[in-house]
Amino acid sequence: MTGYLFHTDDDRREMLQSIGAESMKQLIDDQVPTDVQLDHLMDLPAAADEIVLDRDFRRMAAKNAGAASHVCFMGAGAYDHFIPAVVDEIASRGEYYTSYTPYQAEVSQGNLQVMFEYETLVSQLTGLDVSNASLYDGGSAATEAVLMALATMKNRTRVVTSGAVHPQYRDVVDAYLKHIDAELVVVPTDHDGTSISIIDAIDDQTACVLIQHPNFYGRLEDMQAITDAAHAAGALVIQAFDPISLGLLKRPGDYGVDIAVAEGQCLGNPLSFGGPYLGMIACTSQLVRRMPGRIAGQTTDRRGNRCWVLTLQTREQHIRREKATSNICSNQTLLALRATVYLSLLGPQGLKETATHCVARTQQARERIVQSDRFELVHSGPVFKEFLVRDRENDVESLMRSATEKGILAGVPMEQFDPDMNDCFLVALTEKRTDDEIEAWMESLESATIAQTVRQAF
Amino acid sequence: MRNQQATQLLFEMSRPGRRAHRLPELQGHAATLCESLPAEFKADQPPPLPELAEGDVVRHFTNLSTLNMSVDTHFYPLGSCTMKYNPKRNERLSSLPGLIDVHPLQDARSIQGLLEMMHELQHMLGEISGLRGVSLQPAAGAHGELTALLVAADYFADLGEDRKVVLTADSAHGTNPASAQMAGFSTKTVRSNAEGLVDIADLRAKLNEQTAVFMLTNPNTLGLFDSQIREITDLVHEHGALIYLDGANMNAILGITRPGDFGADLMHFNPHKTFSGPHGGGGPGAGPICVREFLADYLPGPVITRTEDGYELTTPERSIGRVRSFFGNVGILIRAYAYIRTYGPDGLRRVSEDAVLGANYLLSKVKHMLDVPHGDRCMHEFVASASRLKKEKHISAMDIAKRILDFGFHAPTVYFPLVVDEAVMIEPTETESKETLDAFAEALFRVVDETEEAIQQAPLSTAISRPDDVSAARKPILRWTPPQQ
Repeated sequence: MTGYLFHTDDDRREMLQSIGAESMKQLIDDQVPTDVQLDHLMDLPAAADEIVLDRDFRRMAAKNAGAASHVCFMGAGAYDHFIPAVVDEIASRGEYYTSYTPYQAEVSQGNLQVMFEYETLVSQLTGLDVSNASLYDGGSAATEAVLMALATMKNRTRVVTSGAVHPQYRDVVDAYLKHIDAELVVVPTDHDGTSISIIDAIDDQTACVLIQHPNFYGRLEDMQAITDAAHAAGALVIQAFDPISLGLLKRPGDYGVDIAVAEGQCLGNPLSFGGPYLGMIACTSQLVRRMPGRIAGQTTDRRGNRCWVLTLQTREQHIRREKATSNICSNQTLLALRATVYLSLLGPQGLKETATHCVARTQQARERIVQSDRFELVHSGPVFKEFLVRDRENDVESLMRSATEKGILAGVPMEQFDPDMNDCFLVALTEKRTDDEIEAWMESLESATIAQTVRQAF
Repeated sequence: MRNQQATQLLFEMSRPGRRAHRLPELQGHAATLCESLPAEFKADQPPPLPELAEGDVVRHFTNLSTLNMSVDTHFYPLGSCTMKYNPKRNERLSSLPGLIDVHPLQDARSIQGLLEMMHELQHMLGEISGLRGVSLQPAAGAHGELTALLVAADYFADLGEDRKVVLTADSAHGTNPASAQMAGFSTKTVRSNAEGLVDIADLRAKLNEQTAVFMLTNPNTLGLFDSQIREITDLVHEHGALIYLDGANMNAILGITRPGDFGADLMHFNPHKTFSGPHGGGGPGAGPICVREFLADYLPGPVITRTEDGYELTTPERSIGRVRSFFGNVGILIRAYAYIRTYGPDGLRRVSEDAVLGANYLLSKVKHMLDVPHGDRCMHEFVASASRLKKEKHISAMDIAKRILDFGFHAPTVYFPLVVDEAVMIEPTETESKETLDAFAEALFRVVDETEEAIQQAPLSTAISRPDDVSAARKPILRWTPPQQ
């Protein structure tokens, strides 16, 4: 028998005796009616020991391209940023990753202090008063923020957002709002790739405006104008932000945003095919009692020592049940730990450098696109680390495939998000990208053109 | 000999000008592009993060980790949480290149190995649950509950039936009613009877044509398998409603019985409990759901399908949409896959048998110290009550929880489920030896024997003791702020 069991046959015999049960079968039969018991083995693969499993895993892993085997220019909400060794080293400590939710504060001060530090870092990063200890991911964080806003603005039911907000975030909001009394209004993106016309859609029924900056296309929004217009109409503003961008850009708090949310994968967390990720959420102090999820706070113990506890738990589902703000129970502590370690290593200068490199590399790649015959930039205005490219030949799918064959994940095809953009792909550049990689990327795109020209000639 | 300096807050350790992570200087043309953002978007200075050296960071977080109990270091008899051993091979395997570094929007053709694994996991979960429609998307148990209820809501909307009520058991996890509320349902509570099982008369009284779903935990949070299960599910189905099974307690019944076989229509798994995903200090988990075939069309997308050309990502025809970005908590799902592969079908059954054996063994010892209101048989966990102890000696469930820490054990779950006064909920799991269970029982015996005065000071051996929760909530300090100059 492979696995992690302890009991020997002798143990089992002694334990059954102590219980006063005749056999394991009897112990089960006494409790589970025999007519619902399974009378055969489940149809599952036979037990595999560690060597077999290792071999099988390596076989399956080898069939996948990834950011290690390929150069990654893909983004759209998940990015190939560098992860310093210290992050992996700390997060692989069993004392962190095999511990439970810190309900028993006396034996969880490590995790609780990390949560408190994480919350402080997120506050410093966003310029907002309070952060929770994490949510599932960017999409569900945006959705929880919308639910917070609806609960705060009881008599308003409209949620206004823009086509330049991550399509999957909008999908999640949509799914959550379907069976409750609220509607999602999506204002189409303007021609320059921004959302300024969202202002015309804000009315006295609008509970909140959900805006992304830098937006899904990497473009920068006029946050001040949008925030002021929303506030003038009495609506709350939710900004989906990019944590790395805050090394350079004004913070959500600088604009007077009420709730800021983000995908924190970029802060020291691996791509991992989309999860587990890190949902970040921060808000003004007025909204703290509506904040979903867990929050760590400071207090003192019996002996007067400063210490940390989970607090404001009366907001939570296990106390309030059907009256709870949210049903969220587990969060993403281990990923929040990674983000905390990452931000500690970077500090203000490291974050600024990382953001600056993203800007420079992205600009470099855009210049190469401008120089090409086949491709063009869809938007000309400033971007942070991502931009949209149009393929004049309208052959994005085979273009991406041939680049993958050359070892480059060249971008994210847009057709899956918007059929009208089937000739476009989204390109992201992190601080990891180099001159040579950008050249290779361009070459992989251009050589597809050459191959095609050759094909057409024959 | 605690290192007090290293466990100061990061912000108190910060010194202007210290640096850890640095990037190579940009050269040549790239260096000229740094200033390409218009000034109006830029902050005057970067955020006021702490400034530390790499050695500071390592020592700080390493020292903090030693203030945690964890499964790697201690026994966690936490009822409802299934704190089993977290296999090290799963950590290594899930971190392989080709799994850990895959971008979520890669073309399916470039990730056939990963899709093969996740497709197989879909099949495994369908087989273990007896419910063949599987979505791996939800990020946690409660998220799975909500997702399944959104599925039910759309299903009834398509039938043209106006069913807006969800029934939950009074012993249910608090997430059940909260999830129902979020999916647009109102909730009614079904009482337990004296045995701790569903009160059928009360269920009958509350079932009608407005009932959409009865959310049931089986075995329930008292650790009891409801022997009336067929009667319950038949009754609910007769009223045209669906049965949702909260899968938090699946560790008790792997290969013994299947939710699909005893009448459940939808359920979630907690891979971070049942399939050994490490809890990570409170997350990440995962919450994949399994549903009957007639509900599979409503599952969130994408799901993995197998075609002649290989594995593809598709969205079911009547999908409720998405409940999170991207595919799911893949890292945790990969660990679950490795775990299921390790045990195989007979091994998984043995897991549940040993979990049940361990719980009953501990119950046979604990019942001599504390009352166990619901009899001397249980599945994977049981609930004792400190009620009598409190009346006689003023020792509460909380006191027991705090004092047991001094003996080198994590506390049991206390004050849950709500149907037991001064509840002490104990779940040993299958990965604890008889010696450990004996030692825990011995420690508990000594704890309940102590005096009120002694126990109310507990814990005595931990870094802190009895934090002031009341002032923490009344005057919340939720972040560090620089001391006033």
